[in-house]
Amino acid sequence: MSEIVKRETAPVKRAERVETVSPVVDIHQNADGYVLEVEMPGVSKSGVEITFEDGKLTLTGHRTDIPTEDAVYRESSDADYRRVFDLDPTVDSSRIEASIDQGLLTVKLPKAEAARPRRIPVA
Amino acid sequence: MRLVSYKPQLTPWSSFDRLASLRDLFDSAFQLANQAPLFGPDRGWMPALDIYEDDDRITVRLEAAGMKKEDFDISLHDDNLTISGERKVENRDGESFRSERFFGKFSRTFTLPAQVKADKVKATYKDGVLTIDLPKADEAKPHKITVDVK
Repeated sequence: MSEIVKRETAPVKRAERVETVSPVVDIHQNADGYVLEVEMPGVSKSGVEITFEDGKLTLTGHRTDIPTEDAVYRESSDADYRRVFDLDPTVDSSRIEASIDQGLLTVKLPKAEAARPRRIPVA
Repeated sequence: MRLVSYKPQLTPWSSFDRLASLRDLFDSAFQLANQAPLFGPDRGWMPALDIYEDDDRITVRLEAAGMKKEDFDISLHDDNLTISGERKVENRDGESFRSERFFGKFSRTFTLPAQVKADKVKATYKDGVLTIDLPKADEAKPHKITVDVK
């Protein structure tokens, strides 16, 4: 009860609203695991942030050079890219690899050795 | 143009994106409603385009991630700038779970807001953004006229 009162009297602090855009993605699977290809035009290597927590993979991309002059015509956005994926538990999170080339972020999600298909020879 | 098979209902990774099936439902509803889709094999894809202008130059930016600089074609006819290109599908093996990316050809043409020096046009491709720098022709630049007031 006291908690509620406290909260009411405390100055309302609103988290700063951060607008993000959802980047388009292709996902495919190969012998090693899954591969994500995420389009983040305008983002360089230093602008990419990848976190993995509670089975969720969060990909964030900050645009590096946002033009300062006024646009005559504009279709692009200044907002950061952000997309969250629930990861298959068979992915070996310690071996996740990522690279970015010309705004295309490639994330490799290898499956744990135990989860890979295996051929068992008959003795 | 989609060259990768898209099998939203067959995904064994259902927990991958909880909203995926809902989104697919909406997508299919909109595709039905829209007989002439904005994107598709007939129209190709449309990378986002920005045009900036100041006193000296016009700058055009085109967002097209994951291309090679040889795959762009830029031409200028009078005041009309055409940017075209093709994004090729790279060889990939295995099953596809989601294909939202567009591949194939695109072409965008627009009229520049001022005359430019055609021989001084430069283009760079960095971080998936094609930037075209077009210096304005001298006659298109604003002139400062001094008028003697007597």
